Amino acid sequence: MNSHLIRNVSVLGATPTDLLIRDGVVAEVGPGLSAPDATVVDAAGLVALPGLVDLHTHLREPGREDAETVETGSRAAALGGYTAVCAMANTSPVADTAGVVEQVWRLGREAGLVDVQPIGAVTVGLAGERLAELGAMADSAARVRIFSDDGHCVADPKLMRRALEYVKAFDGIIAQHAEEPRLTEGAQMHEGEVSTRLGLTGWPAVAEEAIIARDVLLAEHVGSRLHVCHVSTAGSVEVLRQAKARGVRVTAEVTPHHLLLTDALVSGRSELASPALANNWSPAGAYDPVFKVNPPLRTAADIAALRAALVDGVIDIIATDHAPHAVEDKECEWAYARPGMLGLETALSIALDVLGPEWDVIAERMSRTPARIAGLTEHGHDPAPGAPANLTLVDPAARRVIDPAESASRSRNTPYARMTLPGRIVATFLRGEATVLDGKALK
Amino acid sequence: MIRHLLSGADLDADTATQILDTAAEMAAVSGREVKKLPALRGRTVVNLFYEDSTRTRISFEAAAKRLSADVINFSAKGSSVAKGESLKDTALTLQAMGADAVVVRHPASGAPHRLADWVDGSVVNAGDGTHEHPTQALLDAYTMRSRLGRLAGLSVAVVGDVLHSRVARSNVLLLSTLGAKVTLVGPPTLIPLDIAAALAPGTDVCYDLDAVLPSSDVVMMLRVQRERMNDSYFPSAREYARRYGLDGPRMRRLPEHAIVMHPGPMNRGMEIAPEVADSPRSTIVEQVANGVSVRMAVLYLLLGGNNR
Repeated sequence: MNSHLIRNVSVLGATPTDLLIRDGVVAEVGPGLSAPDATVVDAAGLVALPGLVDLHTHLREPGREDAETVETGSRAAALGGYTAVCAMANTSPVADTAGVVEQVWRLGREAGLVDVQPIGAVTVGLAGERLAELGAMADSAARVRIFSDDGHCVADPKLMRRALEYVKAFDGIIAQHAEEPRLTEGAQMHEGEVSTRLGLTGWPAVAEEAIIARDVLLAEHVGSRLHVCHVSTAGSVEVLRQAKARGVRVTAEVTPHHLLLTDALVSGRSELASPALANNWSPAGAYDPVFKVNPPLRTAADIAALRAALVDGVIDIIATDHAPHAVEDKECEWAYARPGMLGLETALSIALDVLGPEWDVIAERMSRTPARIAGLTEHGHDPAPGAPANLTLVDPAARRVIDPAESASRSRNTPYARMTLPGRIVATFLRGEATVLDGKALK
Repeated sequence: MIRHLLSGADLDADTATQILDTAAEMAAVSGREVKKLPALRGRTVVNLFYEDSTRTRISFEAAAKRLSADVINFSAKGSSVAKGESLKDTALTLQAMGADAVVVRHPASGAPHRLADWVDGSVVNAGDGTHEHPTQALLDAYTMRSRLGRLAGLSVAVVGDVLHSRVARSNVLLLSTLGAKVTLVGPPTLIPLDIAAALAPGTDVCYDLDAVLPSSDVVMMLRVQRERMNDSYFPSAREYARRYGLDGPRMRRLPEHAIVMHPGPMNRGMEIAPEVADSPRSTIVEQVANGVSVRMAVLYLLLGGNNR
C-alpha cells in the first residue's frame, strides 16, 4: 500500500504541520516528518478536513445511466471533497429490495472513488402503500440503515408511524421528503409573489411544515429516529427548533442551493442571498428550468433563517440532493422539466460562502454529523494518528468560475454556471488512497 | 420598439400608447372595402398553437394577412409536436424556415420566454398557461379607450378566477401602466393574497361584487372553468353565479356610462347573464373586432413596419 506525506497542511485551520498517511490510516501528525518511501504532497496554504459525507445523493443507476452512473457520480463526489455518499433509492428499478441495494453498493466498490452507501426505499416502488423489505436491506451486504422514499413523501401517517417503529430493530432511520401531496398537486415553484406573477402553480411552505410537524410528533410518540431531508422554509426551522428542545430524536439537512438561491431567479432576476457571489452574475433568462428543484427555491427570508439554523445547529448537516438530469429533461418548458440540480462539486464552496473559514463547523456539518447519522463509522474522523485516512485538502484562497462542461457528472444541470465560487478541492484520500490529486480525479 | 411581446410588463406607457394609436389607424383599414396593407409583404408570421383556440388564432391570422404577411399555421395536432418533438426542436425548425415572427399559444406558463431564447425572430405571446395574454390586454385597453375616451383614472373591476387567468395578469399590468385603477373581485380562493405586490402596487382586492359596482367604469368578467368547482375553489356553479355573476339587477347598479367586457368564450348564466351579454353596455363583439386591429398594430410595430 502506498504512502503519502502531506507537508505543511493546516488541519482544520490550525498551524501548518505534516501528515503521514500509511496503510489506510493517518500514521503520524507533526512538523518535519520524513518518510523516504512516501509520495510527497506539498500542501502549503491548504486546509485538511475529514472527508466529506453526503447524506443525499442521486446517482441514477440503475435506470438513468444517461444522466449519471455510480462511477461518474462517485468521481464528481471525490472532486467535491467527499469520501462517502448515500445513494437515494428512486432509481429504476427502485432500490426497495436487497438485490438492488447490493448492486448499487457493489458498483460503488468497483468505482472505488468514494464509499457508496445505498439508501433503501421505505415503501414498495416508492408508492407509499406498503413497507418494502426493510430488514432484508438492512441485513444485506449493503447494510442499509437509512430508508427514504425521497422524491415522494411517506404521506400516510399510519405507514410513517410503522416505518419509524420497525427500523428501531436494526437502528435504522427514516429520512422523510416532507411534502404534503394534496397541498402540492401540480406545484411548480415556491408559492409567493413570484409564482403569482409568473402564473406557476405554487408549492406552499405549509406543505413542508405540516409534514415535519406531524413527523416529529410521530417520532416522539414511538421514540424513533427521524431525519428530515432538504429543509427549505423558515417555518420548518421553528418546528425543528421546538422539537429538538423537547428532546425529539430528529436531525435535519439543508441543501447548498437552499442556502443561496432565491425564487426570484425563476423570473430571471438576479437575487442571491450572498452579495459576494451575485457580483457580475445573472441568470440566463426567465423560466429557466435549471432553477427547478423540489422542494423549490424559497425567499430571501427563508434563506436567512436556514443559514442561522445551520450555524446554531437546529439544522444538523448540509446535504447536496445532487440530482443529475439529462439535457432534454431541462431544455424544455418549465412545467415539463424534471426538478433537481447538481451539487457534489460545488457544495463546499457554498458552505464556505455561508459559514466562512469556520473549519470546525464545516467539518461538523459536512462530515462528522452526516457520518454519525448514516452509521458510517469509518468516516467523519479528523486527521489524527490512528484515524482512517479519509480526508480532503481544500485551497480556501482559490476562486473558480463554474463551467458546466467541466463537471465530472454526466449531466450539466448546475445552477451555478458562470458564477465565481470560493474554494477548490485539491486532493481527496479514501482509506489512504488518493482519489483526487492536483484537483484531478485519479480514476 | 421592443423585440418580443411576452408580458404586459414589456410595455411602458409610451409604447403601449403607440400600439393603441397604431391600432386605431389599422381599424380604419379594416373598415375599407379592400382590407389590406402591403406593410409586411415578404415577411413570414408563424402561428404556433399548442392549445385549441380558434378565435385567437384566426384573429392573429387575419391581422397578419391584412398586412400582406405570409402566414403559416402550425398546430400541435397533426404535426410533429404530437409525435413528441421538443419545443426547442420546433423552434429550430421555424428558425430554419425563416420565421420573422412566431405567435405562440401554449398550455405551459413561460413557454414563449423559452422560445424567445431559441429563435431570432420576434415572439408574440398569444396566451401561456396561467401566466399572460398581452394582446388581449391591449385589445381590452383599446376597447375601453374607444368607448370611454380615456384610460387614465378609469376604475376597472376584473371579476372572477384571477388565480388562473392570464387575461387578468396582463390587464392588471397594462392598465396600471396606463393609469387606470384596477380592483380584483372574486372568492378569496381565486385571488392570490399577494397579487398586488406581485403585479402592480395600488391594485385593490375586494370579495364583494356589489360593493364595487357603483364606482366602476368598466366591469370585466372572466371566464370561470367549471372544473374549478371540483377542486373546492367554490361550492357550486349556482353559488358562484349568485355571488359573483353579473346579472341584470347588478348591471343596473353600474353608473350610466359603465361598460361590461368579457374576453370570451362566455359561460352564459354562470359569470354573465344573457341579458347582460346582449345589452348595449356589452362590448364583447367589439372586443373581437378590435382584437384584429390591435394584433395588426403589434405585428406591424414588432416587425419594424414603422421604419420603412
